[in-house]
Amino acid sequence: MTDIFILIPGRTSKQGTTLNEGKYTEGYQTEINTLKMNPDDMERLDIAEGEEVRMWNEHGSVVVPCCTGKNELPPGLLFISYGDKSSQLMPGETHGTGMPDSKGLDVQIEKIAT
Amino acid sequence: MSIAEQPTNKTDNPLKIVEDATCTFCGCVCDDINLTVEGNQITKAQNACVLGKAWFFNHHIEERPEALIDGQPATYEQAIDRAAQILLESQYAITYGLSDTTCEAQRVAVAITDWIGGCLDTTTSVCHGPSGMAFQGVGEVTCSLGELKNRADYLIYWGGNPAESHPRHFTKYSLMPKGEFVPNGRKDRTAVLIDVRKTKTAKAVDIHLQLKPRSDFELAWALRALAKGLELDDSVEEKTGIPLAQLKEVMEGMKKAKFGAILFGMGVTMTRGKHLNSEAVLALARDMNKHTRWVAKPMRGHGNVTGADNVVSWSTGYPFGIHLGRGYPRFNPGEFTSSDVLGRGEADAALIVASDPYSNFSQPARDHLKAINTIVLDPKLSETAKIAKVAFTTSTYGINEPGTVYRMDDIPIPLRPAFDSPYRSDYDILKAIENKIRKHQLEAVNAGLKAGEFRIVSGCSSAW
Ligand code: SF4
Repeated sequence: MTDIFILIPGRTSKQGTTLNEGKYTEGYQTEINTLKMNPDDMERLDIAEGEEVRMWNEHGSVVVPCCTGKNELPPGLLFISYGDKSSQLMPGETHGTGMPDSKGLDVQIEKIAT
Repeated sequence: MSIAEQPTNKTDNPLKIVEDATCTFCGCVCDDINLTVEGNQITKAQNACVLGKAWFFNHHIEERPEALIDGQPATYEQAIDRAAQILLESQYAITYGLSDTTCEAQRVAVAITDWIGGCLDTTTSVCHGPSGMAFQGVGEVTCSLGELKNRADYLIYWGGNPAESHPRHFTKYSLMPKGEFVPNGRKDRTAVLIDVRKTKTAKAVDIHLQLKPRSDFELAWALRALAKGLELDDSVEEKTGIPLAQLKEVMEGMKKAKFGAILFGMGVTMTRGKHLNSEAVLALARDMNKHTRWVAKPMRGHGNVTGADNVVSWSTGYPFGIHLGRGYPRFNPGEFTSSDVLGRGEADAALIVASDPYSNFSQPARDHLKAINTIVLDPKLSETAKIAKVAFTTSTYGINEPGTVYRMDDIPIPLRPAFDSPYRSDYDILKAIENKIRKHQLEAVNAGLKAGEFRIVSGCSSAW
């Protein structure tokens, strides 16, 4: 049984600047594909800076490198820039609003066994 | 405003200065940018923030075909024909995007959707759509950004990170500027952040209420209760993670303010609860007016998403999620919103204007978009353009094209383009598609009249 984390996809200024350079630039791809995590959580799960993890929920599963979100994130919370990876974990259901649950997604994490 | 051309030693690259150009990268729509343009390249963007600079510096002319049909290069004429054919043949087309183009182009996209009886939706449905629903429920106590600048002495940023997403909101409109009734600028203002993350915005404010995820509604409701003078128990702290004493302190400050503003972002609208969260925040601002002046404003993201709301509202009566198939508009978020229409596998064609849903919709919606006839207009290559049946390369609004955009406070602002693009504008292409559609529909009507039969050719009936 792995812990349940709450994933908050959002915007960053780096995502904004690299988006203008192009969606297919390395800068943009790195920015939208990197997961940020609380340092204590990383230590507890024995995840090294930049190490790849699998993150999944009932809607999808992605593999992303993980790094510490400085002091931005309290334990249990994860952050990733909006993009292809976050969308894969998003439900299609909008609960009658037109808006899928796009922030605050329950996800599970595991280290990729090497 | 002035546009002056100055000769330089590089004669083929005249230096042009565009004063008071408008940045359309975010909803702040700053219209005080001084651009230096050398040929087809903007080399300086004075006053722009880091995002604005990236916007202006990276929209140079790329070498791409003007259009693609089934992935193969095509002319605009061929692509316009094909697009019109797809839309006329569709039984249930959906128009989506629209937040990164001019109001003029938005109007034509609305007209096309009306002529073919399709579904009309914008990126609002996946950003502040829930707030749009909440406005209908509780109303909006609002103001212009100019009023914020000149009056607001208590600011609450809620579920957003303007330091990164709207960098000049702080310096130009809300936190920092000196205004008529806040002559000392930042010193005269108290700022609070309500967010689950300790973002860069947290460093700029006086108080950070770092609430637990998914407790925005409860926090807003607790503040409403405190505004009404009701007693609360410790369950508030249990649920939201914010000590009651701190909430009371914030409420005291809110009541003492002369002009307060809640500026809320997608942390409110995208989290479970959605329109109910927005309703709670809007209702809190409304309730506070029993004590002093308070407003609540959504922080809008894309450059002209507010324009899309305005154009679609004045055309149909509703802001997004509209079906025009019966000849009159029907509004139903959850039914006629793109995520749902596509996610349920319903539409058979899509007209996507300046947006990339294939990158950011849910997987079922993406799968469907890929399976149907998709038409896309975008200045840059995108995932949606890659899977589209017809993809147009367009010029960029604000950089190559004039027109109107609405700032996040519903103020219309003109665009002052920097240089010409060899590509056509969204407006031109959409207008050409509309003309084709109309010509065909009217010919079909005339043919029917001649043959003695009366037939209404609107909606999704006519064969190409
Ligand atoms: S705040 Fe927004 S509109 Fe203003 S310059 Fe920056 S990106 Fe452009």
